[in-house]
Amino acid sequence: MSLDLNTMWFILIGLLLSGYAILDGFDLGVGALHLFTKSDTERRIMLNSIGPVWDGNEVWLVTGGGALFAAFPEVYATSFSGFYLAFMLLLFALIFRAVAIEFRSKRDSLRWRAAWDVSFSVSSVTSALLIGVALGNIAFGLPLTVDHEYTGGLVGLLRPYPIVVGVTTVCLFTMHGAIYIVMKTEGDLQARVRSWIPRLIAFFVIGYVFTTMLTLTFLPHMKDTLMQYPVLFIVPFLNVLAIANIPREIYNGRDFRAFLSSCVAMVLLLALFGIGMYPNMIYSSPVSEYSLTIYNAASSAKTQQIMLIIAAIGMPVVLGYTVSIYWIFRGKVKLDAASY
Amino acid sequence: MDVAILARLQFALTIAFHYLFPPISIGLGLLLVFMEGMYLKPKDELYHRMTQFWVKVFGLIFALGVATGIVMEFQFGTNWATYSRYVGDIFGSILAAEGVFAFFLESGFLAILLFGWNKVRPRTHFIATVMVALGAHFSAIWIVVANSWQQTPAGYHLVQGTSGLRAELTSFWEAVFNPSFLDRISHVYMGAWQAGAFLVLSVSSFYLLRGKHREFARASMKFGLALGLVASTLQLVTGHSSAQGIAEQQPVKLAAYEGHFDASAPATMYAVGWVNEREGQTYGIGIPGMLSWLIYGDRSTPVTGLNAFEPEDCPPVNIVFQSYHAMVAIGMALILISLLGALYWWRGKLWHTRWLLWILVFAVLGPQLANQLGWLSSGHDIAGTVRNDLSVAVHPLRLLAQREDPKRTGGHCH
Repeated sequence: MSLDLNTMWFILIGLLLSGYAILDGFDLGVGALHLFTKSDTERRIMLNSIGPVWDGNEVWLVTGGGALFAAFPEVYATSFSGFYLAFMLLLFALIFRAVAIEFRSKRDSLRWRAAWDVSFSVSSVTSALLIGVALGNIAFGLPLTVDHEYTGGLVGLLRPYPIVVGVTTVCLFTMHGAIYIVMKTEGDLQARVRSWIPRLIAFFVIGYVFTTMLTLTFLPHMKDTLMQYPVLFIVPFLNVLAIANIPREIYNGRDFRAFLSSCVAMVLLLALFGIGMYPNMIYSSPVSEYSLTIYNAASSAKTQQIMLIIAAIGMPVVLGYTVSIYWIFRGKVKLDAASY
Repeated sequence: MDVAILARLQFALTIAFHYLFPPISIGLGLLLVFMEGMYLKPKDELYHRMTQFWVKVFGLIFALGVATGIVMEFQFGTNWATYSRYVGDIFGSILAAEGVFAFFLESGFLAILLFGWNKVRPRTHFIATVMVALGAHFSAIWIVVANSWQQTPAGYHLVQGTSGLRAELTSFWEAVFNPSFLDRISHVYMGAWQAGAFLVLSVSSFYLLRGKHREFARASMKFGLALGLVASTLQLVTGHSSAQGIAEQQPVKLAAYEGHFDASAPATMYAVGWVNEREGQTYGIGIPGMLSWLIYGDRSTPVTGLNAFEPEDCPPVNIVFQSYHAMVAIGMALILISLLGALYWWRGKLWHTRWLLWILVFAVLGPQLANQLGWLSSGHDIAGTVRNDLSVAVHPLRLLAQREDPKRTGGHCH
C-alpha cells in the first residue's frame, strides 16, 4: 500500500462517507425513533432537533456521490446502474423524508400530521437499511461481468449478508440518533429516550458481532489487508474501545461525550470497512478478477489532481462553517415561531 | 416502447420537475438580500415581517429542490451508466465542485436563515442571507458548466480507457469556460430571477385582490416588479447573445429553432409557424431575412440550413421550433407585463387595477413555462455532440468522432 493519488481518493471518499454517516446518521436515527414519542409537542421537538441541520447533512451524500463520480467513474456507473431499483427506493425514501419534515407542521389537522409522521419515520428507517444493504453487497461481492456490469435485479441484492449489514446499520443509526436526542432535549422526553439507550446499544452490538462473524467466515478477502499490515489492528481495537465508552459516558450523564464516542465509533467502523475492501471498491464474486479496484475504476490522474485542489480549498471552508452552524444551534431545543 | 425511450422519459420528467424549484431559489434568494437589506438599514419592522414571510417560502422551495436534486445526481449513474463511464472524468469533477462550493454553502447558511432569527445578531443573519443567495447562484454556475460542456465540449481529449474510449480532462479552465458557458449562464440567471420575481408578484397581487395584508403586499410587490422588469429586459439581451453563439457553435440548432431548411440562404424569422418535417418546409408568419439580420447584421447573409447536415444529426425539428417559439413569445409577454406593471405603479394606479393584478397572479406560470421550454428546445438538438439525454449513451462515440471531423458531407434533414 502506497499513498498514491488513487489511495488518497479512496481515503477521501471514505472520509466524505464518514461525514455523511455521523451527520445524517443521527437524523435518520431520530426519524427511526420519531413514532415512539407520545405527543405532538414531543414530535415537534424531535423534528426541530434536526431542523437546522438535516439538509446540510444530506449534502455530504451528494458531495460523496459527486466525488465518487469524479474520482472513480466506473464505480459510480456500475453501482448506480446495478443497484437501480434499490437506489430508486432510496431516492423515494429521501424525497418523502424531506417533504415530510417540511410539510408536517404546516397544518393543524391531526390526520395530516400523523400521515407525515409515519412517512418521516418509515423513510428514515428505509434509507438507513438501504445504505447498509448497498455496503453489504459491494463487500460480499456481485456477479460482475468482464465489462464491469452487474445485470442482476433487486432480489439478487437481498441476500442474507447484506441484509444483516443493513439491519446493523439501522441499529447503529438509531443508537446514534437516541444519543443525539438525549443531548438536545430535556425533561420527560429526555428521560424516556435515555432509558432506551442501553437496549439500543445492545441491539447494535449484537448486530456488529454477528456481522463480524459472518465476515470472517464467508468473506476471507476482507481480511487480506489487515493480515498484510498487522499495525492496522489498532483500528478494530480502538473501535471496540469507542463503543464500550458510550454506555460509560451515558451512565455518568456526559451526553456530549457519549455522542462524540458514537461519532468516533462510526468513523472507525467505516475505516475498518475501507481497510477490508482495499484496494477493491466493488468486489466481484465468483470471478474476483472482474472486481472494480481503485486502479481500474479511476479517472485520469489530471482529474484526481484537480479534484484534490478543489477539496483542499473547499473542504476546510465547509468544515469551518459546518462547525460554526452547529455551534450557533447548540443547546436544548426550544420551540418558537420559526420552528417546524 | 423500448427501455431507452422509457429511461429518457423518466430522466426528462425528473429533471423538469426538479427545475421548477432551483430557479425560484435563485431569484427569491436575490430578493431576500434586498428585502433584508432594507430592514437592516432603516430598521423598518415591515421589511422584517416581509423577509420572515418570504424566508419560509424559500425554505420550502429549497427543501424540494434538494430532494429532487439528489435524484438528478443519482440518475446520471442509474440511467446513463455508459455515458457516465465515458464522461465521468470531466462531468464528475464538475458535479463534485458544485457540492463542495455551492451546496454546502447554501444548506449551511439556510439553517441560520430559517431558524436563526433569535440566535444571531441581525447583521449576521443578513450575511447568512447573502451566503445562501450566493450559494444558489454558484450551484447554477456548476450545473450550467456541465450542461454547456455537453453542448460545446472543450478542454478534453479522447483516450482508450479500461472499458472503451473515454473523454479525459486536459484543461479544467477550458472545460469550465467552454464556448457556450457565458451565454448559457446569463440566460439561466435571468430566467431564474424572473421566476423569483414573478412568484413574489403573483402572491402579492393575490393578497391585494383579496384585500388581505395590503401594506405587506404592496411593499413586496415593488421588489418583485423591479427585479421582474430588469430580468425580463436583460433576458432579451442574453437570449440574443445566446442565439449568436449558437449560430457559430451549433448551427444545426439555430436552423431547427427557425425551421430553416435551405442549406445556404438568407433566413426568415417566424412569429408563429408549422414545420412539415417530411417535406422540409416551414409555413408561418415571419419576416424574411430577419434571422440573417439578427445574427450577421445583414438581411441577405445566408444562414446554414438543416439540409446541410446529416439526417442522423437532425433534431425533431417541429418540437424544437414550437418550444423555442413559445419560449420567445412568453419572454416578450413577460416584458410587456412588467412594463405595464411599472407604468401603472408609477402612475399610482397599480393597487386598484384589478385586471392587471389578475394577470400578475397567473404570470407566475410564465417564467416556469419559458424555463422548461428553453431546456426542451436546447436539449433536443443533436449537433451539440453530447446531449443531456440518451442518444449520447447509445452512441457517444459516433457523435464525438464527428466532432473531431467538422467537415460534413451530403445528406439532409428530411
